[in-house]
Amino acid sequence: MDFKTFVFYFLGAILVFAALRVITARNPVHAALYLVLAFFTAGGVWLLLHAEFLAIVLVMVYVGAVMVLFLFVVMMLDINVERLRQGFWSYLPVGALIGILLVVEMTIVLGGRYFGLEVMPEPPAMAEGYSNTRALGMVLYTEYVYPFELASLVLLVAMIVAVTLTLRKRKGTKYINPDDQVAVKREGRVELVKMPAEKE
Amino acid sequence: MNFVVPDFYPAAAEIFVAVMALVIMLAGAFARSVRWLAYTLTQLTLVGAALITIFVPSVDVSYTFSGMFVSDLFGNVLKLLIYLAVGVALLYGRGYLADRRMERPEYYLLAVLMTLGMMVMVSANHLLTLYIGLEMMSLALYGMTAFDRDSVRSTEAAMKYFVLGALASGLLLYGMSMIYGATGALDFVSIKDALYFQTANKTVLLFGLVFLMAGIAFKLGVVPFHMWVPDVYQGAPTAVTLLIASAPKLAAFAMTMRLLVFALFELAEQWQAMLMFLAVLSIILGNLAAIAQSNIKRMLAYSGISHMGFMLLGLVAGVVSGETHNAITAYSAAMFYAVAYVLMSLASFGMVLLLARAGFEAEEIDDFKGLNKRSPWFAAMMMIVMFSMAGIPFFIGFFAKLAVLQSVVAAGYVWLAVLAVVMSVIGAFYYLRVVKVMYFDAPADDAPIHAPAEMRVMMSVNGLSIAALGLMPQGLTYLCWIALLASLT
Repeated sequence: MDFKTFVFYFLGAILVFAALRVITARNPVHAALYLVLAFFTAGGVWLLLHAEFLAIVLVMVYVGAVMVLFLFVVMMLDINVERLRQGFWSYLPVGALIGILLVVEMTIVLGGRYFGLEVMPEPPAMAEGYSNTRALGMVLYTEYVYPFELASLVLLVAMIVAVTLTLRKRKGTKYINPDDQVAVKREGRVELVKMPAEKE
Repeated sequence: MNFVVPDFYPAAAEIFVAVMALVIMLAGAFARSVRWLAYTLTQLTLVGAALITIFVPSVDVSYTFSGMFVSDLFGNVLKLLIYLAVGVALLYGRGYLADRRMERPEYYLLAVLMTLGMMVMVSANHLLTLYIGLEMMSLALYGMTAFDRDSVRSTEAAMKYFVLGALASGLLLYGMSMIYGATGALDFVSIKDALYFQTANKTVLLFGLVFLMAGIAFKLGVVPFHMWVPDVYQGAPTAVTLLIASAPKLAAFAMTMRLLVFALFELAEQWQAMLMFLAVLSIILGNLAAIAQSNIKRMLAYSGISHMGFMLLGLVAGVVSGETHNAITAYSAAMFYAVAYVLMSLASFGMVLLLARAGFEAEEIDDFKGLNKRSPWFAAMMMIVMFSMAGIPFFIGFFAKLAVLQSVVAAGYVWLAVLAVVMSVIGAFYYLRVVKVMYFDAPADDAPIHAPAEMRVMMSVNGLSIAALGLMPQGLTYLCWIALLASLT
């Protein structure tokens, strides 16, 4: 077993463990943190595949942005774990049956028989100085321009939906216009009143 | 790296709709006080897209964007029907939304983007574009389902729809990745070639096909992936239910055809067996469960499940023991069924919208009591729709069922045809119950039907078209047949 294989199995073991903990952890914050760990190790596996750009994007986008947001949401929501666990036992037999079936099917199909090195030989090593990022950049705006533009529209849809569902103007709240606040001058706020002195 | 700028002409309609979506967004942001602007722009966009789709792309099959986009007659006919369905659905829903203070520009903006997503799906020639189109359509629909954001029921429906939809997308993607693993190709033409020359591993392909099928079944809403349908139909605002139940069914049909027939045709024997399973279960469960419903939106949801099952029967009958000469007839029967269902679905949910008014939802079957006394004309329209859905001659639903059954019998599945007919007879009960309630029960309330003139006209046109197409189905049958013939061979 060479070093690369060792690293792969090492990262793979952590990945499976972390993924299992995501669904078994009692505390939602722990689950989210285990998901972060899973993303990190998955990024490591991708690095082994020479997909360094995707690995970095995975860590930056998912760990950096998505999971932080997720943690915020989890911490702000008051999740009642007991209520979430209601019905666990009644759904368990069906869920376990389907899960086991899937796992058995996957092990049959995804093992070495159809995806082993004899069937799918290792791709030839890339030339010195080959850049994965460059290769992606070459096709992203040329061959894949159509799905790329469409993906931007999907993000637009998500944005519009999020704004539509959350933005509301409440009646009766007093908004302060920061523009006006900054432009305040002394004359606008202070008024000197001259009063004659009162005599007893 | 030699890159040729792609030919934009075949995708002119998509580009137009995308640009107009941005225009509508800006109009919605900066001219919010002009109430009619977003709606008018949306309808104009649909009309413009229809004109472009008719006149710009050539009739021949043409690929562009490095083979990710295909323009063919099949896609263009479905796109035209999608514009029509979305346009009619928006027209029906307008008054309902205005009554409930939900007529905001975002609604129309999302409807346009949903249309764009469906167009992308219909014209997809690549697993990636198909998936992106699907997500664009679904995301917009999730958002619209939750549009009545103060209503707990509609939020819950949106949540269910979103979570289950995300799960289905995940299954679909997993299936796609397996197909890529087996064939090494993402575009449908290459996948077809890889299957034809048998360079792909069949076990892996079948494994992927199972997941693909789960995703498709969810989007079509057939048993056992139907759980979301009744809850979402009932929970969503009726105007949105109408949108979910009409045009997306055409898009889902197109997705099924593109994936199964255009790409994985060599696996027909296998996916036909799976589809038969889905179809039989849907027809049985849809019709039986609909009987027990008192809410008309739920009833129509279950009836939709059974209709989708019926439509799948057409796809089951394509290839019989390696012979494909029956395929085009069978697939065009399924396409005819999808179109007929969308027409009937528009009319039936349109009637629910027509009877609804501010502060009152005509959601229960009892709300249709004595409709004949309140408005004989619309009672007659509803009767046409119900008869057509039940498959009573001579309405469009009858010919749709007949065409599908003919191809099923031609394929030698007589027991399947008998089962489908028996279940349709059982299904006729709940359609006829609505007719009975309308004509023989005393009206519960006698508020006059108030609806905008254009809605009354459109409703009448819709109802009469169901009757007229039932008398003369040849034109539509021929259109479906020629569209498939020109695109598949």
